[in-house]
Amino acid sequence: MKRYYVMGMFSNFEEAFATVSDIRSHVIPGVSVDDVTLKSPIEHPEIEEVLGDRGSPVPKFTLFGAIFGICFGFLFLASAQATFLVQPQGGKAVVPLPSNIVLTYEMLILFGVIATVIGFLINARLMTRRHPLYSEKVSLDQIGVMLELDEKNVDPIKELFKKHKVLEIREEVSQ
Amino acid sequence: MQTKDINENIAWAKINEDVLRSMENPRMGYWVAVVCCVAMVMCAVAAEIYQYQVGMGPANLNWPHMWDLYIATFVFWIGMSHSGTLLSAILHIIQADWRKPIYRFAEAMTTFSLMTAGLFPIIHLGRVWNMYWVLPYVSDRGIWPNFRSPLVWDAFAITTYLTSSALFLFIGMIPDLAICRDSARGWRQKLYTVLSLGWQGDDRQWRNFRKIYLLMACFLIPLAVSVHSIVSADFAMSIMPGWHITTFPPYFVAGALYSGCAAIITLFILLRYFFRFDEYMTIPILEKTCKLTFAIAMVWSYLNIIEFAATWYGHDMVAKELLIAKFVGPHAPYFWMMLFCGSVLPFTLAFEKLRRHLPTMFVVSLFLNLGMWLERWMIVTPTLSFSYMPFAWDVMWPSMVQWAIVFGSFGWFGLLFLVFVKVFPSVSMYEVKEMVFHRRHYHSSALANQFHRRASDPKPGDEPSKEGA
Repeated sequence: MKRYYVMGMFSNFEEAFATVSDIRSHVIPGVSVDDVTLKSPIEHPEIEEVLGDRGSPVPKFTLFGAIFGICFGFLFLASAQATFLVQPQGGKAVVPLPSNIVLTYEMLILFGVIATVIGFLINARLMTRRHPLYSEKVSLDQIGVMLELDEKNVDPIKELFKKHKVLEIREEVSQ
Repeated sequence: MQTKDINENIAWAKINEDVLRSMENPRMGYWVAVVCCVAMVMCAVAAEIYQYQVGMGPANLNWPHMWDLYIATFVFWIGMSHSGTLLSAILHIIQADWRKPIYRFAEAMTTFSLMTAGLFPIIHLGRVWNMYWVLPYVSDRGIWPNFRSPLVWDAFAITTYLTSSALFLFIGMIPDLAICRDSARGWRQKLYTVLSLGWQGDDRQWRNFRKIYLLMACFLIPLAVSVHSIVSADFAMSIMPGWHITTFPPYFVAGALYSGCAAIITLFILLRYFFRFDEYMTIPILEKTCKLTFAIAMVWSYLNIIEFAATWYGHDMVAKELLIAKFVGPHAPYFWMMLFCGSVLPFTLAFEKLRRHLPTMFVVSLFLNLGMWLERWMIVTPTLSFSYMPFAWDVMWPSMVQWAIVFGSFGWFGLLFLVFVKVFPSVSMYEVKEMVFHRRHYHSSALANQFHRRASDPKPGDEPSKEGA
């Protein structure tokens, strides 16, 4: 089944916001706000709110990384220190907690940061091919509202874009 | 007189244009700076080769001084690294948007300072080819790193900080690298296409970007504090007079922030002048940085007084003698110079007229950094010169080999920074756009009405008051 991608380029956030708000209030039957992808040169939490609650699972990666860092850091040190059993310790603890806490703390942060970055790369869908409708104007000063649609909704969406003073409309058909 | 952090009417396209222009066609001054830095690095390389050929003795690395100049400079570079990432992270969390035009080069400064600092333990090793001995792996020699030693903590902490800072710098740069990709040609386009990781600026990417940036900032603040606390532990956990001091961790962190802020002022003025960033690196932003530096200078001065008082009123006679030796002994000129640069000179930052005068601020920032370097030297050297054993007392002036390596480290840092500013955007384009956007939409109308208008003031559209006419 053919899927149509339509992107309207707007000169400011107000018009893009009004367009997405109209889509959200089901001005065009069969087109949902879930079909919208907003492309912008800056982050704009306010306009993202109108897109609905689209959470980010990156903090879960962070939590996992931090816990892994604690476990790995402590076990790595303890296993290295356990090898000291073959050496005289002079009455000192084989696995000293106070000094190991410092290094475990550093490992917590290191693995927490690395896991956060991995989570970001996966969830932001980076390192993938750019969408054919990507416009360089998005990195300059324009805001793009892109929708994935059925054929019957293409024209109404274009009308909606025109109503909100769209600068340019781009289309792409995928099989 | 310029009072706004940034001109709200500046066009987004112009921001791209100005920053991208700064990355093209280096002028003669740039190449002169590159040649100077390369020459400085060559001095260090020559000294290093000489040191390896002849041995560490001719470099004056003898007992009791050992590597005093190297470790003092190592601590200086570690300190210099602190302001960039730490201030960027703190100011991001408290939503101080004036950081936006200046944080990029400050974060780059962090990464390059750490890369410079990391060279000093390697240089000091002497037998650099045996460096892998410090790695914790099973060997038939039965030698393991001592995990109780702060020097091993240093290695872990600095590696973690370097990795995290470099990632923080890189992640924050991805949207800008996409801008560069979209306007570059040739090898630059290929480079930016790879580095921008396919950034398209869609809401999914921005949402996750916002999250990761906040999370990394939250990690980096305690990390930065822990790194310099651990560096201070190299000294404070020994029982040497002048080092075994409880206030060392906060003293080191304050000193690190101080030298980093001073370096930010220096680089701010240089970038503003050479790249004509007058519209982004504005005088009000410089003023805020100067005020912050002044506040940190006062904290540093207070911690100095605490250190002197604790030693003076303590019962460690050797530490007390050492303190007196600092004030009146052979190191006194450097010690007083440190106090002048670190505690007296910052008062120039308290005066608005001086804060707004760029040449004055440039000179002051250089002297502040000189003071911070002397601080590190005054931590290390007097203790090594006048320790517990009077027969070992010795005042040494570092050899030319040591000075050449220290001198070269500044060239190395400068070279890395010069390459950075021509390959990567030194001002964050997307964040400056955000700053302009938010100021235009909120500060100038809604917030101005909310915060800067008294109840008795006329509302927009009202007839102006004729009272007092």
